Amino acid sequence: MNPHLILRVVSKLLIPMIVVYGFYVHFHGDYSAGGGFQAGVILAVAVILYALIFGMEEAKKAVPPAAVKIGTALGVFIYVGVGFVTLFLGGNFLDFDVLHPDLAHKSGQHIGIIWVEIGVLVTVASVMVAVFYAFAGRVPDMSDEEW
Amino acid sequence: MELDLTQFLDYALILMLFAVGIAVVRMRNLFAAVMLTGVYSLLSAAWFVSLDAVDVAFTEAAVGAGISTVLMLAAMLLTAREAEPSGRGRHWAALAVVSVAGAAMLFAVPDMPVYGDANSIPNSYVGHDYLERTPDDIAIPNVVTAVLASYRSFDTMGETSVIFAAAVAVMLLLGMGDKAKPQGKKQAPNPAPASASKPATKTTRKSARKPAKTKAEKKS
Repeated sequence: MNPHLILRVVSKLLIPMIVVYGFYVHFHGDYSAGGGFQAGVILAVAVILYALIFGMEEAKKAVPPAAVKIGTALGVFIYVGVGFVTLFLGGNFLDFDVLHPDLAHKSGQHIGIIWVEIGVLVTVASVMVAVFYAFAGRVPDMSDEEW
Repeated sequence: MELDLTQFLDYALILMLFAVGIAVVRMRNLFAAVMLTGVYSLLSAAWFVSLDAVDVAFTEAAVGAGISTVLMLAAMLLTAREAEPSGRGRHWAALAVVSVAGAAMLFAVPDMPVYGDANSIPNSYVGHDYLERTPDDIAIPNVVTAVLASYRSFDTMGETSVIFAAAVAVMLLLGMGDKAKPQGKKQAPNPAPASASKPATKTTRKSARKPAKTKAEKKS
C-alpha cells in the first residue's frame, strides 16, 4: 500500500487545473491581474508539485532537463524576436503598432503584448524548473520516514 | 471624517507580519523557519491586496509563498536541519545595526506621502500619463500589463534576460542534477519511480551530505 495515496490522487486532479489556471492567467493578463511572469511561475509550480509527489525521475521523464535548458533561452529569443519583427516591418524595436494594420482597435499592441509575454512565460517557467532541478537533483528523494 | 475600517485590516496584517518576522529570527529549526518565510510571503500578499496592488500580490504569492519556499526546502536538504546557535557577542552588534537602521527609517517617515494620496510625487507625472493614455494607446483594461509589456518593453526584456542569466549561473554552479550519472548510473531507463533511483544517486548523496555532517560534528 502506497503511503502517499491521497497525496497522489489529489495532486493528479490538481496538476491539470494548475496548468489551465496558468494559461488563463497568461492570456487574461490584458484584462485582470497577472501576465507572463505569474503564469510562468504557476506552470513551474505544476511541474515542481509533480516532482515532489512522484519523484525526480518521473518529473524528468515528463519534462526533460534538456527541454528546460532550451526553454530558458527560447523565451528570451521569442521576446527579442518580436522586437526584430517590428524592426523588419518598418517600426521601432518593440513598437507593436506595426504588427497589425487595425490601428483603431490597437490590435498590433495586443498581439505584441501576448507574444512578448509568451517569451517571459517560457523563460520564467523554464528557469524556475531548472533551478528546482539543479537543487533537488543534488539530494536523493526523501525517504518515506522523513515525510 | 468617516472612519476607514480597512486600515484596521492593514494594521492587523502588519502586526502579523511583525510576529512572523520575530518568529523566523528566533527559530532554530530550519524547516519551521522556511515554512514561516512562506507564511510571511502569503501575509504580505494579503497586505498587497488590501493596498490594491493585486499584480504585486499575485507575484508575491506565487514566487514568495510558492517557488521560493520549495527552493529553500530543497536547499535546506543539502545542509543541516538545525541552525547553529550564534555567539552572545554577535547579538549586540546586530542590535546596534538594527537600532541605527530603524531610527533612520523612523526619521524618514514624516517625509513619506500620505497613504493613498493620488497626487504624491510617485503617483504624479508619468503615473497619471499612463493611466490617461492607456485606453487610447493600448486599449486594454489592465494598465499594469500595458506599462510592463508595451510602454516599458525594454525594461521587461532586460528583466527576462536577467532571469535567464540567473538560471545560467545556477546551472553552471550546480549542474542540472545529473552530474553523478557518468560514474554511478549504468541502469537503462528504469520505469520504477523514486526508490529505484537511489543506488544511482548514492555518489551525489555522499558528496552532498559531507558538509552537512562536518557542520553537525562541529556543533556537538
